[in-house]
Amino acid sequence: MQMLTKTGLWKGTWSALWLASLLSKSTILISALLMSSMAHANLTIEITRGSDQALPIAVVPFATEGAPSEDVAQIIQDNLERSGFFSPLERNAIFESPDQAEDVQFGTWRSLDVRYLVVGRVTETGGGYRIEYDLMDVSGQRQMLGETITAESGNLRGAAHLASDQIFEAITDIRGAFSTRIAYVTAEGVGNAMQFGLYVADADGRNSQQVLTSDEPILSPDWSPDGRKLAYVSFETERPAIYIQEVDSGRRVRATSFEGLNSAPAWSPDGRKLAMSLSKDGQPDIYVMDIANRSFERLTQSNSIDTEPDWAPDGRSLLFTSDRSGAPQIYRYTLGSGETQRLTFTGDYNARGRFSPDGEELFLIHRSKQGFQVARQNLESGRLVVISETQRDESPSVAPNGTMVIFATQQGGNGVLSAVSADGRSSFRLPSPQGDIREPAWSPFLN
Amino acid sequence: MQLKPFARSLAIALSLVVIAGCSSTGGTQDGDSYGTQGAAGTGTSSGSTTGAGAGGQYGSTSGTSGTSAGQQADSRIPEVRTIHFDYDRDSIKSEYESVVMAHARYLRSNPNAQVVLHGHTDERGTREYNMALGERRANAVQRFLNIQGVSPSQMSVVSYGEERPAARGQAEQAYSQNRRVVFNY
Repeated sequence: MQMLTKTGLWKGTWSALWLASLLSKSTILISALLMSSMAHANLTIEITRGSDQALPIAVVPFATEGAPSEDVAQIIQDNLERSGFFSPLERNAIFESPDQAEDVQFGTWRSLDVRYLVVGRVTETGGGYRIEYDLMDVSGQRQMLGETITAESGNLRGAAHLASDQIFEAITDIRGAFSTRIAYVTAEGVGNAMQFGLYVADADGRNSQQVLTSDEPILSPDWSPDGRKLAYVSFETERPAIYIQEVDSGRRVRATSFEGLNSAPAWSPDGRKLAMSLSKDGQPDIYVMDIANRSFERLTQSNSIDTEPDWAPDGRSLLFTSDRSGAPQIYRYTLGSGETQRLTFTGDYNARGRFSPDGEELFLIHRSKQGFQVARQNLESGRLVVISETQRDESPSVAPNGTMVIFATQQGGNGVLSAVSADGRSSFRLPSPQGDIREPAWSPFLN
Repeated sequence: MQLKPFARSLAIALSLVVIAGCSSTGGTQDGDSYGTQGAAGTGTSSGSTTGAGAGGQYGSTSGTSGTSAGQQADSRIPEVRTIHFDYDRDSIKSEYESVVMAHARYLRSNPNAQVVLHGHTDERGTREYNMALGERRANAVQRFLNIQGVSPSQMSVVSYGEERPAARGQAEQAYSQNRRVVFNY
C-alpha cells in the first residue's frame, strides 16, 4: 500500500526528510481544503433541549437587494437558538418586517413578549455583499447596535456568524463563539474493513472540509491555540503516531512515533508544546514535547495508565487521567513543583477532563448509574454535576467562550455529535449523514 | 495481570494433553483447529500463511483440536488467532491458554516468525483510556509468550483501543467479541 493521492501544497521549508517519513503503508488521502466543501458531509443541527431561561428575541428576515446566496437572518436566528441563551420567535409569528431601527414599532414587539429585536438588510455589491443590521432592546426602547459588515460573495455565512457574535456579546457580555470551527472524525465499516476521515467544519456543522482520510484509525484531534493546525493520532503506518497538520495548506509533519502508545496530543496555551501519553518506557505516562527542538520532558512515572492530558489555561498545570487508584480518576500535575493532586472522587470512573476557559471548572466523562455521561466539576468545591442526558458519551471539548461543550455520543447505534450548554440547560445534536461521527474538537477563537 | 504459577502449570499440563491427544483424527472440524486445512504438501514449508488476519474467530478453543502431528503443527501458524477477555480485565482466560500455548510453540519453532499482538477493547469508556487498556491486554499476552520461551525480538504490540470493533452493537454479545487480542503474523 502507498500514498495514493496527495493534493496538499507541499511547498515551504518543512524538511524533506519529514515528508519522506509520511509515505506510509496505508491508503492516505490528504486534501488541501481548497474551499472544496464536501456537501455530503455537512452536518445538520437538531435542538434537543431548550433552556427555560432563554431570552426571547426576534430576528426579522432581512430585506435584500440582489440575490444573496444565504438567508442571513435565519443563520443568526439558528446560532442564537443553538447557544441556549436565546429563544427566537418563530418566523411565522413575525408579521411586521422593518429593516432598520427607525422603522421599528416597539409596541408591536412588546406585545409579542420579545425582549430583543434584530432587523437588517443585505445588499449585493460588486463581488460581495454589504450587511447592515440593528439590534434593539425592546423593553428599553433603544438601539444597542448598528453595524455594517462587508463580505466576499463566498463568505456570506461567515458574515452572518460575525453578526451573531456581535449580537451575542452585546446582550450577554460573553464573547460569541459562532465564528469558530470544529474538527471531528468519521468512521464507517467494521473490523478490518473500515474507513476513517478527519474533517473540519464551521461550528454550525456547515462548510465541512476533509483534512485526511485513511483506512486506519484517526483520533484525538486537538487545535493549536492559533487555530491553524491540528495535532492528531493516525494509525496510517499500522501503528499509532502523532501528526501536526496545517489545516488550510494540508502540510504536516509526524511529531512522534515511538514504540507503544503515541496518544492524546494536547497543545500548550502558548502553542510551543504538546503534552501526550507515551508508553515507550513501559506504562503509559504523560510527556511534554517541545515542538521546536523536539525534546521531551517526562511528567509522570507511575506504574499505571496515565493519559488524556489537558493544559490549564494559564499553562502552569495539566489535568490527566490515571488509574493509579485502581480505577480511572482525574489528577492535576503542577509544573515546576511536580505536585500531583487527585481531583475527582465521585464514582469509580472519571476520565478525559477538560478545563473551562477560565480554569475554574473541568468537564469530564463520568460513569453514572445511567452510563458514561458528560459532567462538570467545580474545582474549588469539588462538586460534580452530570450535564448530558445521553449514556454513551465521549470526548468532551469546550467552546472557547466556555458556554457549550461538544461531545460524541450515540443515537440509534450510530455515533453522533452532541453539544450541551455548560449549565446543562440546553442541548443540540449534529447527526451524521452516514456512518459514525466522533472525536469533536472545538477550535479556539479564530478572529 | 501475570499468570499465577498454578495457572501456568495448568497451562503446561493442558498443552501436554493436547499433544497427547493429537493422534486421533477427532477434534472439532469447524475450522478453528490448526492442521485441518489438508496437511498434504506443506510439510516442509515454514509458516505457510493461511488467510489474512482476522481468521480464527472465537469458537472451540478448548484444546481438543485435532492435529496431525505436533511437529507439523508447529510449522504452521495456528489458525485460532483471536482470544477474548473479560470486561476491564487483561488476564488471559484459562480457556484461551491453549491458544496462546500453540502460538508460543509456533514462534519457538520458527525463530524467524514475527507476530504483532493487536490489543482491542469494547467501546465503553473514553477512547484514549481504552487505547491504554488495549495495550495492557496485548502486553499480557506478550508476557505470557515470553514466559513460554518466545524471544522478545519476535513480538511487538499495537493497541487499537476501541477503534476497530470486530462487531457492532451495544450489547454484551458485541462487547465480548470486541475485547480481544489478535495474533497478526
